[in-house]
Amino acid sequence: MTRLSPARILLYVISALVLIYLILPVLIIVPISFSSARFLTFPPPSFSLRWYQQYFSNPAWMQATQVTLTVAVLTVLIATPCGVAAAYAISQSKLRIMRLIHMALLLPLVVPIIITAVGIFFVYAKVGLVATMPGLVLANVMLGLPYVVISVLAGLQSFDPAQEMVARSLGMNRLRSFFAVTLPQIKSSVVAGGIFAFISAMDETIVALFISGGQYQPLTKRMFTALRDEIDPTIAAISTLMTAASFMLVLLASTRQKKGG
Amino acid sequence: MLALVSPALLVILALIVLPVGWLAWQSIYHDGFTLENYRRVFTEDIYWRSFALTFEISLAVTLIALLLGYPVAYLANALPKGWSILVLALVVLPFWTSVLVRAYAWLVLLQRSGVINQLLRHLELISEPLALVHNSFGTVVATVHILLPFMVLPLYATMQKIPNDLMQAGASLGASPSLTFFRVFLPLSLPGVLAGCTMVFVLCLGFYITPELLGGGRTVMVSMLVSRNVELYNQFGAASAVAVVLLAGVLAIFFVVSRFISLDRVLGQK
Repeated sequence: MTRLSPARILLYVISALVLIYLILPVLIIVPISFSSARFLTFPPPSFSLRWYQQYFSNPAWMQATQVTLTVAVLTVLIATPCGVAAAYAISQSKLRIMRLIHMALLLPLVVPIIITAVGIFFVYAKVGLVATMPGLVLANVMLGLPYVVISVLAGLQSFDPAQEMVARSLGMNRLRSFFAVTLPQIKSSVVAGGIFAFISAMDETIVALFISGGQYQPLTKRMFTALRDEIDPTIAAISTLMTAASFMLVLLASTRQKKGG
Repeated sequence: MLALVSPALLVILALIVLPVGWLAWQSIYHDGFTLENYRRVFTEDIYWRSFALTFEISLAVTLIALLLGYPVAYLANALPKGWSILVLALVVLPFWTSVLVRAYAWLVLLQRSGVINQLLRHLELISEPLALVHNSFGTVVATVHILLPFMVLPLYATMQKIPNDLMQAGASLGASPSLTFFRVFLPLSLPGVLAGCTMVFVLCLGFYITPELLGGGRTVMVSMLVSRNVELYNQFGAASAVAVVLLAGVLAIFFVVSRFISLDRVLGQK
């Protein structure tokens, strides 16, 4: 570690370059969002908030933002309890089929998202859920479930189920002992799982491209269509806000997870 | 216990198992059983070229990600704890930025009047702007950027489990640092290499947003075949057949890889 051999210097240089490659594109958006120029010039000629004004004063962007936030909140409210219940059952049950169910719950991570998107579109078209709020929320619940399940299962691994047995032997029923003994101890991983589901819903684009429409189009869908046409700096402002929001949430989730073990 | 999993399972069955089943059905049934869709996918030139291109891009992205990711994971593993957390944080930071935001950033950087072309012209290294985007190059650059964390994290996790004693033993027996690295460390890190490469390759096979925005219509990956057949041409049977072939490929890769390493190792990182 102490001796600086040429190999080690090379390692430092390559790693530094890779890290710059990773970070720089994410950061470049921030100065552009505060630029006054209509077209891309770098460095920006002068500071301005016009792209943020453009975003906040445009009813279409505002409606899309509202859709995104509503979908994300509803997704968390539905995916978190479903995911926690499933993770608890998977960790407690000795049934053979649970392993299969566990794998089924991770399917959204395995199946390429474009396939999921087109498949849901066909099914939704049959039952009239295309371009509806429930349709959008349900799809995001499905995509968010694996995050909750993985996070809560990790939390449950460091929890001793004997504690719940003790509570039950002292006369609590299963439900009460879960809420009184187990849940407080895995709370952090539950919150972290919920936050990841929220971010996943906030960022989801591909499924929304196929199944959303009319007044129920999330921000990402409008951004995608806008990006296909031109490089509008309003998107830099939106991107900056989205990135800031994601980072704060991830920070929150990771401090939570650390406490939860 | 089954009652507890049922809400989650119901959502998964209704929104992923049923839709995928529907696609499979639609690919072979149109007013009767037919293999016409598959015949087209396997014989028509556009499909064939798109599958080949997707495979090439995924392979290139995986190899580049491995070459870039390995040193970073190695460094994060070798550094003292505080520094290694910093390195990992820098790796994970863009991971949590929307894929759309990053596609936008790369458009800003790589387009004709973009930051990189401006810089190169300013330095008088080029006289004409380079075509860095709206082609396979732009797609690969942005895709590697998005998938690199999926390479670094499993690599780091595997390297952490390699006991330091082994390297010291190698050194004490007279091996040079590079010999110890190639004979001891590298082979022990191979499960991580396999996990990282699998994840990156498989995710790349199904990539949609980046090639659509940065490929400029020329880099038609398989996912774009699926969407175009649905959105532009109303060819639902053809779209379904392409989707089924892609999914079969992905599942086959996971199946083969699972013979060597546990799948939890691959999926747990996401």
